[in-house]
Amino acid sequence: MMGDLLTVRGLTLATPDKVLVEDLSFSIAPGERFGLIGESGSGKSLTSLAVTGLLEPSIRPAGSITLAGEEIIGAPEKRLVRMRGDAVATVFQEPLTALDPLMPLGRQIAGPVRRRLKRKGQDAGRAAVAREVQTLLEQVRLPEPERLIRSYPHEVSGGQRQRVAIAMALACQPRLLIADEPTTALDVTTQAEIVRLITALVEDLGIALLFISHDLAVVGQVAERVMVMRDGRSIETGPAQQVLTRPEDSYTRSLVAAARRFDQALEGQP
Amino acid sequence: MSAESTELPPRRRRGNATFWLGLILVGVIVLAGIVSFFWTPYALSDMAGGRLEAPSAAHWAGTDRLGRDLFTQLMIGARIALIVGCGAVAIGAVIGVATGILAAFATRFLDDALAAFFDILIAFPTLLIAMLVVAAREEASLGTAILALGIGLSPIVGRITRILTKQVLGQDYITAARVSGTSWGAIVYWHILPNIVPFLGVNLALQFGLAVMAEASLSYLGLGAPPPNASWGRMLQEAQGTVYTAPWGAVLPGLALFALVIGINLLADGLRDRFDPARRDG
Ligand SMILES: Nc1ncnc2c1ncn2[C@@H]1O[C@H](COP(=O)(O)OP(=O)(O)O)[C@@H](O)[C@H]1O
Ligand SMILES: [Mg+2]
Repeated sequence: MMGDLLTVRGLTLATPDKVLVEDLSFSIAPGERFGLIGESGSGKSLTSLAVTGLLEPSIRPAGSITLAGEEIIGAPEKRLVRMRGDAVATVFQEPLTALDPLMPLGRQIAGPVRRRLKRKGQDAGRAAVAREVQTLLEQVRLPEPERLIRSYPHEVSGGQRQRVAIAMALACQPRLLIADEPTTALDVTTQAEIVRLITALVEDLGIALLFISHDLAVVGQVAERVMVMRDGRSIETGPAQQVLTRPEDSYTRSLVAAARRFDQALEGQP
Repeated sequence: MSAESTELPPRRRRGNATFWLGLILVGVIVLAGIVSFFWTPYALSDMAGGRLEAPSAAHWAGTDRLGRDLFTQLMIGARIALIVGCGAVAIGAVIGVATGILAAFATRFLDDALAAFFDILIAFPTLLIAMLVVAAREEASLGTAILALGIGLSPIVGRITRILTKQVLGQDYITAARVSGTSWGAIVYWHILPNIVPFLGVNLALQFGLAVMAEASLSYLGLGAPPPNASWGRMLQEAQGTVYTAPWGAVLPGLALFALVIGINLLADGLRDRFDPARRDG
């Protein structure tokens, strides 16, 4: 479709001896929140890595991925470096390992801020960067920013780490935010907070979202449109309401039923 | 969080004891080396003492065959050991870290070639490399010895750098940095170097000890710094004929060498325990 921010057409990812993702097609409009659902191992993370051009050399992509009007597959590394951050940023599943253990959190956020300011030819001095870091910390609602910028990843809670990771992604001011299972490593209360935070931020800032999760309930809260994946293939795509309440495919139906049973079991014994 | 902090004290205390012992050993030797620039009990060539005198008030460490003061030689030897250790480690670290990171980033073929190259060079005795360099430069001097030892150390540093860099490259935060558009140069500077240095530092301390000992061996073989450089190795060599009649001549430089090598290692261990936040996490 014209005007889409991300268009994936016939994406196939394969190693020399195995096809991992096959003939995947979907698109995300600017500002749209898109959910990718599938069991562990169904190829969700590989798809997101393909979109950012970060696949390992052993995995060969075929098909087409257009992001902000530029083809990703086969693009030279130099152009990819420029597009990453500018067009797309990612929040990963495990915030402890996604942050440098030896760098204070403030400096980790300052890095992408400084790069963006330089790229756009704006003032990238100490004070300007510090101001933006402060704003970002407020945006992701982190308390005690003065203490936090001097802390190391292991000194703050899992939820706070994920907020820092989100701040780092927002620091790039991307047009598409990829969140790959951003709540899976967190406890249930924190999960809900992070989901609300991400949804509110992308809505406020007009950023498109590719939200990846194996958890139907979480995707249902976030996404306007969803795609269900199984064994590297697309099973069903459509508006979230429709796919999650009246699924057409039998596999999706079994997923929905399983999720319902799980919820009922939880409610049965509080 | 609270569970972690209750586990901290024992490790901290052990780290502290090691750290202080290392600091004292290295500190005394560094002090002796620095003071030797301004003051020594006697001049190095002063042969006024009696021959092979035992330690006394006049000659704290005794005298050698020619009646020269051994304490003076020990102080100058400390200076030389430190210059050799720092110089060789600096050369070895620059060459080793650069080639190690290159190998870690390289494609299959270049990586394999560099890895094999490191292994071959490591199997090559450092002393043999040193002899080749001395032969090539046609003179034995302190600079030649340092250069030779630095080259000899570089593949060891290169191999460990390559392995450490590969480990860091596999971490999520590198992917996270790449996905936000960080260039490779910035990733090496901001993420890879800081994360390999705590481990590399301990290894470099070990290399420092090896370099000091290798210089002693070179001097012992007459391939180190020529006189009047009184390195501990040369002192050992000169004392070998009189080791039974005047044992202090061999024992004292040997002890000094031992103290420096042990001290550096303890210091490195202690520093790592203190300053590496990831390790403090447990
Ligand atoms: N580098 C790789 N080489 C070969 N197979 C891989 C590689 N990375 C992932 N895979 C395989 O691809 C499949 C999809 O992985 P992934 O995209 O990580 O799944 P998920 O949906 O859980 O994110 C899995 O079966 C996984 O084992
Ligand atoms: Mg995954």
